[in-house]
Amino acid sequence: MNLLNTFFNLPILIETFPLLLSGLVVTLQIGITSIIAGLAGGLFLALIRLYGPGPVPFLAKIYIDIFRSIPLLVLLIVVYYALPFVGIRLSPFVSAVAALTLVSSAYTAEIFRAGIEAIPNGQFEASQALGLSPRHMMVDVILPQAIKIVIPPLTNNCINVLKDTALASVVAMPDLLKQATQAQALSANPTPLIGAALIHVALLWPLVSIVARLEKRFGQEKR
Amino acid sequence: MAPLISISNLKKAYGIFTVLHGINLDIAEGEVVCVIGPSGSGKSTLIRCINRLEAFSNESSIVVDGVTVGPGKALAKVRAEVGMVFQSFNLFPHLTVLKNVMLAPMRVRGTKPADAERKARELLARVGISEQAEKYPGKLSGGQQQRVAIARALAMEPKVMLFDEPTSSLDPEMVGEVLDVMKELAWMGVTMVVVTHEMGFARQVADRVIFMDGGRIVEEGTPTDIFDTPKEERTQSFLRAVLNH
Repeated sequence: MNLLNTFFNLPILIETFPLLLSGLVVTLQIGITSIIAGLAGGLFLALIRLYGPGPVPFLAKIYIDIFRSIPLLVLLIVVYYALPFVGIRLSPFVSAVAALTLVSSAYTAEIFRAGIEAIPNGQFEASQALGLSPRHMMVDVILPQAIKIVIPPLTNNCINVLKDTALASVVAMPDLLKQATQAQALSANPTPLIGAALIHVALLWPLVSIVARLEKRFGQEKR
Repeated sequence: MAPLISISNLKKAYGIFTVLHGINLDIAEGEVVCVIGPSGSGKSTLIRCINRLEAFSNESSIVVDGVTVGPGKALAKVRAEVGMVFQSFNLFPHLTVLKNVMLAPMRVRGTKPADAERKARELLARVGISEQAEKYPGKLSGGQQQRVAIARALAMEPKVMLFDEPTSSLDPEMVGEVLDVMKELAWMGVTMVVVTHEMGFARQVADRVIFMDGGRIVEEGTPTDIFDTPKEERTQSFLRAVLNH
């Protein structure tokens, strides 16, 4: 009974629920912005890494390696707390989106690259033999096939980005986690934290099961 | 009249392994040339150089319809004029048969979709697969896929068609339907360079047969010359091996 009152205190949950929902909205704003920017950045990085001129592929590889190595929390704190010392002052929202996008585009780039490299050479040759320009070859032939292959890992990456938005709470962003800790402080009860955890699960569980289904379907198609 | 394709001193090497030792070959408009020879003789590499799917040595030169084949802007122009059919079909699996045939004319020539579709349906009828137009390539048999690939290449109205062992990955009972389409093209006067192991086809259709071995043209001539009275010992032993079994 005591446990129920401590962790699943219904009156407190109802009272703090609007606050949690406003946090959820912020979480989704950060997450979706970062996912879209990360997809665009990742595709761009993958293409210049594969087909860029001169030293460009090498530079892209360095970028990808660095941002896959750096812990997101460290990057976020650098962006928000260190950059002001050199005069770059970003809002909490922009800091969070920037850090998430920088990292997400590095991962996404590797996913796209793997997808493009999985397309048989014959597809490239047939496109070239028909006289298609490199741009049309990519847009009409290679990417439609590559994107189909990478939908499961990309969805997985989206899940990771949405989960990582919780880190934005350290730069005073009123996201779901931040609102929950605040509500916890106000009500002197951890129920809002449990609420935040449940909302996260409710948000991501469907995505997780979609990934599982996609992976199974694509796995069968290959045979 | 200047030849449609003029290949001179074509050299190609992978590292220290030389695939082509300075090939010289002219192909006239309307000519059907069959290239035969053992595996690894360089015959596929030879025709893949014509549209520069394989890069080749700077000392070599290939000219197609007055345009020099080399890296850069002119290459797209050459490729648009040179159709190619691959051993492994290489159809675009995410597009329907119809869209496979329509894509290049629309993107490269700027053909309007309605015109491209009319043309594509016409070509699919010609290769005998009108009913499959809305299907995806994966649903078709190998022979049908290869016929679509021929239609796709023809849709660009190329000056020459290259065939790289077009029947080698087909089930035996499907070889005939593809060869029939190719024979029809030959009789219509399409310029063709065909790398093949189908000696019957070469004898029946070719204006000229080229026998290659070890990256060189060993012997060339009419089908009668090559198949009935081959001069070179290497040609004789190859033909003995492929014909008498």
